[in-house]
Amino acid sequence: MNHHRFLNSPLLIVLFLVLALPIRSAAQDQPVAFTGAEIIPVTGDPVSDGVLIIRNGKITDIGPASSVNIPRNAETIDVTGQVIMPGLVDSHSHIGEGDGGDRSSALHPDVRIMDTINPTSDSFKRALSGGVTTVNIMPGSGHLMSGQTVYVKTKSANTIEDMLVYSDEENNIYGGLKMANGTNSIRSGGGAFPGTRARSAALVRNLYIQALEYRAKVEAADGNEDEMPPRDLDMETLLEVLDGKRIVHNHTHRHDDILTSIRLADEFGYRMVLHHVSEGGEVANEIAESGYPASIIVLDSPGGKHEAVNIDYEVGRELEEAGADFAYHTDDPITDSRLFLRSGGFGIRAGMSRQKALEALTIANARMMDLDHRVGSLEKGKDADFIILNGDPFSVYTQVQQTWIDGQKEWDRSNPDDKKYGVGGEDVFSGSNNHVHDLSGGN
Amino acid sequence: MKLLKHFSTSKIFKDSTMISLTTRLIVSFAFLLCSALPALAQQIAIKGETVYTSAGDPITNGVVLISDGTIERVGPESSVRIPSGYEVHEAAVVTPGFIDAHSVVGLAGIFNVDSDQDQLELSSALQPELRAIDAYNAREELVKVLRDRGVTAVHTGHGPGAVISGQTMIVKTAGTTIGESLVDSTTALAMTIGSGVRSNFDSPGTRAKAVAMLRQQLISAQEYMEGGDDQSRDLGKEALVKLLNGEIYALITAHKSYDIMTALRLQEEFGFRLLLDGAAEAYLVMDEIKEAGVPVIIHPTMMRLYGDGEHASFETAGKLADAGITVLFQSGYEGYVPKTRVVHFEAAIAVANGMDYNQAMNALTIDAARVLGIDDQTGSLESGKQADVVLFNGDPFEYTTTADRVIINGQVVSNGE
Repeated sequence: MNHHRFLNSPLLIVLFLVLALPIRSAAQDQPVAFTGAEIIPVTGDPVSDGVLIIRNGKITDIGPASSVNIPRNAETIDVTGQVIMPGLVDSHSHIGEGDGGDRSSALHPDVRIMDTINPTSDSFKRALSGGVTTVNIMPGSGHLMSGQTVYVKTKSANTIEDMLVYSDEENNIYGGLKMANGTNSIRSGGGAFPGTRARSAALVRNLYIQALEYRAKVEAADGNEDEMPPRDLDMETLLEVLDGKRIVHNHTHRHDDILTSIRLADEFGYRMVLHHVSEGGEVANEIAESGYPASIIVLDSPGGKHEAVNIDYEVGRELEEAGADFAYHTDDPITDSRLFLRSGGFGIRAGMSRQKALEALTIANARMMDLDHRVGSLEKGKDADFIILNGDPFSVYTQVQQTWIDGQKEWDRSNPDDKKYGVGGEDVFSGSNNHVHDLSGGN
Repeated sequence: MKLLKHFSTSKIFKDSTMISLTTRLIVSFAFLLCSALPALAQQIAIKGETVYTSAGDPITNGVVLISDGTIERVGPESSVRIPSGYEVHEAAVVTPGFIDAHSVVGLAGIFNVDSDQDQLELSSALQPELRAIDAYNAREELVKVLRDRGVTAVHTGHGPGAVISGQTMIVKTAGTTIGESLVDSTTALAMTIGSGVRSNFDSPGTRAKAVAMLRQQLISAQEYMEGGDDQSRDLGKEALVKLLNGEIYALITAHKSYDIMTALRLQEEFGFRLLLDGAAEAYLVMDEIKEAGVPVIIHPTMMRLYGDGEHASFETAGKLADAGITVLFQSGYEGYVPKTRVVHFEAAIAVANGMDYNQAMNALTIDAARVLGIDDQTGSLESGKQADVVLFNGDPFEYTTTADRVIINGQVVSNGE
């Protein structure tokens, strides 16, 4: 309680005003120039002796040393021999200790995971240490719709509001809608949950049909508040989906479940990202033809659940060959955010092009969240979110040295208080990492 | 295969003598079949730009000659002539087959459904009589997964989660039956000390009770050992006697520093040979582990951070090795996706976080063989040893490198992932 009172004390606020403000504004107004590094902008060719200039949280210039003018008042940071690339963007993660819908229903479009995130969760530090700067935090896959996802930056903050990244500020959208099909959301014993795949699809179609009817009533009201149907959070969310403002993130593994996801999205015309897509290689052409992007996962080995026995390193290459848009995600804690770069390495192992592997960790994910205008590549005008590496991004021996978000250094491996989150150890993590997925398997 | 089927369905299994005779016949036929089929590649020469032998410094431009399943000669290209008639394979990097020092593959299957999970029996928390050989599926897909990536031998069997969950064994990752794969039928008794046991059983419900139950078992086994021939046989006690005699190890999974100390305390009391398994907080009790002279089969470096293992560190393997403690790598037990890890991926992260490269390579090969008692057969590229060899297209620790050929007992058993 004492602790709480201290947080609210005027003394603390004064301290913040005195200490925090001047430092922060100075760091933001003064341009910072990073020189000497190999820069991988992802959307352009790598530059061997590059210069990156940031100011007020944005990238103001980027290019070869020979063509970039460093402002006279800039602070220059020499990072010769290092590699700079965009902060990694993860389109599917469970960091932040959030939760989603409960057992009362299989469909919870009203539920927002943003209401449950712990902004000070050490899992954000873990993600920072792996170079992850923007994340789509998802509720679990145990429901057909487990709730609204949230797009956040992993920067240190005390409130979720300070972490949000808006994909559509005008319509107040900063997340998607999690959907799932296949076995995770199927439960025996009836009740609110489906017992079969066909029932799963029927429940989803029924709800979207209700949403269409709700929309018809809204349109009929034509702005007249007295004519409007009663407010309904489920329906309001699904309208955002049907209007293309909120993207559906659809967990799906088996080849026929992937096609069912496509069939439903086509029927109702919503925007969708396919997630996991374990058997995507078997329907790569159908995915490419559908135009829906795929956010995939790569694991050390196949198996662990029936739907994932055919997952292999090749899925990404097969999607690339078919011309489908794809990205990697961590599904943290399924794969560890500290090792997200490894996913691209595994893609290359199975024949993916290096360029696609880079995109799959950055800009391709940003596109799947409508955030590519702000993050996912190093371009003039974009957010100053980038990482500094001590070598090739796809080598096991390379470590993230620094992670910057909105022009602020959020993680620095040379600082022991930061580094500990990159390696673990005594009392570093608080056991908040076994969330959403049951990793123990009963043992 | 048809031959085997015919025998097994015929009606000549009348009595035990016939069975054993027939079994021997089948084994002979199987042996004939096996040795006849790959006659094409009885003699193999491998040329490697770098050859890690685990028996001395790596050789640049080295040659490994294999004849009749055994390593014939190893040396630099300049001094080892490749005789005519040898099938020649080339690779960027050649290593001894990797040894996974602790896994559950073959008992735990890829589907992760009740019918393919045999690593933990829940009817009792103490079951030393459970043999790994009676539950191993040599055709399990996960075994093939490991083989294709370069793992040629696995110490596998009963998993963590019980006070004594059962026995472990060592197999090669080739062969389609336990008979063809087996290297050592009884290697260790798998035990767990920590909070993971209580969720599986009504009792023990606490750490102290679990240790009391374990000590009581070992004391009963001591009495059984001293009892006369008129005692009725007790399979569990027979296994514990092997432990007390030093014939097999206690493989104790313990993550918290105080659970590791409990394992060392029990070892001191009963004098058994101990393998510390997991040991997430080993960095807190390094002096004690070193003094006890106990090898550590460290948790998978990339282990997920929860439960007793939440304070695991990428740096532990390197720290233990630097302290002079023998460290081995394992794929461990996974309850969910993915169902198995790959032991050299785990070693790679240890190297990226401070472990010496050659030491990690030895940990995956000769050190594992020595601790598991199979170094007379495998674990290094030396003449006279079984030819378990992997040909990589680059540094085996890099994500982007694949195993292009895997050779077990002189036979090419995999052409890669």
